[in-house]
Amino acid sequence: MKKNSPWASFYLALILVLLYLPVLMVVLFSFNSNPGRTANFQFEGFSLQWYRDLFDPVTGYGTALTTSLVLAGWSVLFSAVIGTLGAIGMVRRPRRRGLIGRAGHAALGAGEQIAVLPIMIPEIILGLALMALFSFIGIPFGMPALVLSHVAFCVPYIFITVKGRLASLDPGLEEAARDLGATPLKVLATVTLPLSFPAILSGCLLAFAMSMDDFVISFFVNGPQTTTLPLKVYSSVKVGVPPHVNALCTVMLGVVFTLVALGQLIQAGNLKRKDRLGYAGRDGLTGGLVP
Amino acid sequence: MSDRPVLLSLRGLRKTFDTQEAVSGLDLEVFAGEFLTLLGPSGCGKTTTLRIIAGLEMPSAGSVLLDGQDITALAPEKRAVNTVFQNYALFPHMNVAKNIAYGLRMRGAGKEEIARKTAEMLELVQLTGYGKRMPGQLSGGQRQRVAIARSLILSPRILLLDEPLGALDLQLRRQMQVELKRMQQKLGITFIYITHDQEEALLMSDRVALMRGGRFVQVGTPLELYEHPQTAFAASFIGETNLIAGRAAAVKEGEVLLDIAGFSLPCESFDWITPGEELLLCVRAQRMHLSTEPVNAPCRLKGELVENHYAGGERTSLVRLPDGQTVRVRHSTENDAGLAPGSEVFCWWNMPSGVLVRDDREEGQ
Repeated sequence: MKKNSPWASFYLALILVLLYLPVLMVVLFSFNSNPGRTANFQFEGFSLQWYRDLFDPVTGYGTALTTSLVLAGWSVLFSAVIGTLGAIGMVRRPRRRGLIGRAGHAALGAGEQIAVLPIMIPEIILGLALMALFSFIGIPFGMPALVLSHVAFCVPYIFITVKGRLASLDPGLEEAARDLGATPLKVLATVTLPLSFPAILSGCLLAFAMSMDDFVISFFVNGPQTTTLPLKVYSSVKVGVPPHVNALCTVMLGVVFTLVALGQLIQAGNLKRKDRLGYAGRDGLTGGLVP
Repeated sequence: MSDRPVLLSLRGLRKTFDTQEAVSGLDLEVFAGEFLTLLGPSGCGKTTTLRIIAGLEMPSAGSVLLDGQDITALAPEKRAVNTVFQNYALFPHMNVAKNIAYGLRMRGAGKEEIARKTAEMLELVQLTGYGKRMPGQLSGGQRQRVAIARSLILSPRILLLDEPLGALDLQLRRQMQVELKRMQQKLGITFIYITHDQEEALLMSDRVALMRGGRFVQVGTPLELYEHPQTAFAASFIGETNLIAGRAAAVKEGEVLLDIAGFSLPCESFDWITPGEELLLCVRAQRMHLSTEPVNAPCRLKGELVENHYAGGERTSLVRLPDGQTVRVRHSTENDAGLAPGSEVFCWWNMPSGVLVRDDREEGQ
């Protein structure tokens, strides 16, 4: 292997500093004891006052956090059902055109592309479109509209991860289950779903993060009682950055890092299992067959 | 075999994928308790046939009858037929015991019955104590036996096996062949077995159905297939075979005089042979004999020894006939001194060892 030049290390260091220095600033100032009403970028001493402020019933973020969690919860739940079923239907569609006709086959192919489109559409367009749609058909802005909108952009994340997993599964497993007496529904419950569970879970984590994080789309369709966390943060920094936003950001960073680490651990566990699934070699006789 | 009752009938079975015909008109009766092998080159339609019997594939035409009842449209989970898949298809998220018990659980069997029968099956395939292992922790041979146990726990009327030994190394393969045959005889379950290994087919089967291009070429006992091939394809697919081209010069009662490279050879006749017809004479390489002296045998050809390949106890010699055709002879290396390339030799065989067939090798590929 080629030895890395010192420039490469320097380059890496530069990128890391640029990426993480602002983040570190936020973390640092979340512990600042300077009592100014807006964030005073002069570090005076260590204090947890801003973390206490987070839970202040008036200026705190408790209500917004609850709103965001409820929103993300429902959105992920609906998206998981829709995305998983969609992926199963798409991957396990009849292999041959004969059964659904040439047009049906083409329609499914196009549907597969359309299903992931929300990821590519600029958020501002999606938000605007959803706002127009909800006004047109008379869905009041607020939680139902928010959930519908979030489902719209969360489904593709779950759809894609589950579809990838299913495509790599041996279809012979489902056939074997049928052959052993399982009805199609039982095959789904005992073979397909358990085997795609890791993918469903990681898709859900991704969708959850997207929902918690979304600002643009929520901005268009939220109601007076449904200020989500990102919306609340935005409204509170309009007149200068209040110091407890730093505390909030630090908490959120902590949660995100934990989730990412968790995801990596799950992935690593899966890899290890896959290793074990490899052939154990030529010691086929350890079971003690005929002498 | 035919004294046993018919268990499964295939009638006019056809299967077309898009425009490709995988199975083109199969008729077959499978008898209760027999070990039937579908033998043929890859792509001959044997797996499709098996999948139709299992219910995993719907035939384009024709029907499947089990015990006289039409099961053509019956869902796979409702058929008293189970399959051992080529790659075993063990459920990777269940341990060995759960894999084996799967069929019983789907049937809604009680806990006690599941535990008892699973233990029985583990014992049958000699994997007692392996119940808690995951499939990923097993060797190929062990997985194979779990797959068999998983299919047998439901006591199917027919067990379908799709090249079950294909992934095993040669030594293990030989052992499993004996083991499977023994198991089949002990349980009395009808086996329909797929292989492309002709030796395996001859060794294990009660009957072999030789397939090519979606059709049966010949169905019969291993002895019938080896000793009395009906076509050149059947003759060439099984065993090491010489197919020598000649012309039926004269047809007498029960005998044909075949003209090969100027030699006139008596052969057993069939009623389909017409005088003057071009035919192939099938003689197994092991049934050919070689000598440097003119042997007093009616079936005798003279030629030049062009090559011989030593392989320990046996030698394969190639003899070129005056018309350019080559004949392979497999003979013992005992007393074969003097058989050097370039020498003039006689190859001869006993008349029953030669079978006349028509050339069908180019058809149906």
